[in-house]
Amino acid sequence: MKIGVLALQGAFKEHEKMLTALGVKWCEIRQAEDLSKNLNGIIIPGGESTVISKLLIELNMMDKLQHILHTGVPVFGTCAGLILLSKQICDDTTTTIGAMDIEVKRNAYGRQLGSFAANGEFLGIGTIPMVFIRAPYIKSVGKNVQVLCTLQDKIVAARQENYLVTAFHPELTADLSVHKYFIQMVIDNIGNN
Amino acid sequence: MSNNRYELNVNLAQMLKGGVIMDVTTPEQAKIAEQAGACAVMALERIPADIRAAGGVSRMSDPKMIKGIQQAVSIPVMAKCRIGHIAEAQILQAIEIDYIDESEVLSPADDVYHIDKSKFDVPFVCGARDLGEALRRIAEGASMIRTKGEPGTGDVVQAVRHMRKIYSQIRHIQALRGDELFEEAKNLQVPINLIQYVFENGRLPVVNFAAGGVATPADAALMMTLGAEGVFVGSGIFKSGNPEKRAAAIVKAVTNYKDSDMLATLSQDLGEAMVGINEGEIKIIMEERGK
Repeated sequence: MKIGVLALQGAFKEHEKMLTALGVKWCEIRQAEDLSKNLNGIIIPGGESTVISKLLIELNMMDKLQHILHTGVPVFGTCAGLILLSKQICDDTTTTIGAMDIEVKRNAYGRQLGSFAANGEFLGIGTIPMVFIRAPYIKSVGKNVQVLCTLQDKIVAARQENYLVTAFHPELTADLSVHKYFIQMVIDNIGNN
Repeated sequence: MSNNRYELNVNLAQMLKGGVIMDVTTPEQAKIAEQAGACAVMALERIPADIRAAGGVSRMSDPKMIKGIQQAVSIPVMAKCRIGHIAEAQILQAIEIDYIDESEVLSPADDVYHIDKSKFDVPFVCGARDLGEALRRIAEGASMIRTKGEPGTGDVVQAVRHMRKIYSQIRHIQALRGDELFEEAKNLQVPINLIQYVFENGRLPVVNFAAGGVATPADAALMMTLGAEGVFVGSGIFKSGNPEKRAAAIVKAVTNYKDSDMLATLSQDLGEAMVGINEGEIKIIMEERGK
């Protein structure tokens, strides 16, 4: 098993550390050719969604990434990764990968003074620590989307088929459970093929 | 999960890694920077090259101008206050700035004390020339460090010197015996717990960017090669012939700093780079400010 971590900008090293802690092999995706490496799963990290989106387009990676996701390869997006996987962003024209039937609000909790940490209930896992940094939340979901976590009446984690997204950053905590959840998705997908 | 502001502020810097933070003086420039792929912008009235040219006392920017930039872009907005100027920092916190740069680019307000940054909720980034300066700023509450370099010169030599110095000092600490760390803390005039962190982890406890004199995609790639986790570009972009193109090229160079073929392509046809001032021609040495 090998997970590709999108390493264009942002906190990709933190995800790599989580995968290493779980004993999972990973490699960095920096260019289009890195997407040809038979990846069993992909992580899109936190960072600035405007930057990652622009680089995906200009480095000719967007089409290829979309194609891989359509083949059913599991993908996990945190924060900016969630924004990039959404089909729609409120009041924003950033181009996304457009995979999930969710509408997202960027910088939904305001500027850095609005960043916070909290404990929340994650469906199928239990209570986990969650760190929100200039975070988005999910404003609405389509009927095929399963809500995994709601915090203060806002949807902050969801799943649709092979797509998993969180508005918070499990990679900034010591808790491995969300990454384990994702790796289980990857194992199930390998088993199904 | 406790709401530790300092941790959250360190975390925001982690999200900026692998990115380029660009100096902008107007909402229009901020939009150009955002569209070119800046991960944050630094709002200031005059870029360092112009501060040098104008001379005189250089202060925090007009909050109205900063607010205009906050409204123009969705990415984090940073702004500078003078070293030791507690009130300027409070003003920037009041307008909910995302990061304060307690910066040697402005005229220092206090020639002895830096701001006690641990008393603030908003994060601070500070400049450093060596490991001692970096760890002293962190002890005061900085949640991000950048090299000082020599801003507004377009000459990368000082940033290179500072980055190499910081990493060679880190390697030196890692080579010590555990019982020698106390002496090293004394020599560097920093708290022992920070020396112990460096000893155990081989890095600063916060994100470390390069700044000061970066003018080309190759300069940015050089700083990444030397261990920078991202790059500040000040005068280098909007003092050049084609700011949009140069900004976008520097962003891509930071992401793919190891790919020399891509760097060659990115370095083509960028138009005129900023003129630059050589080390011997500098009249104001900004890096000497705040130790």
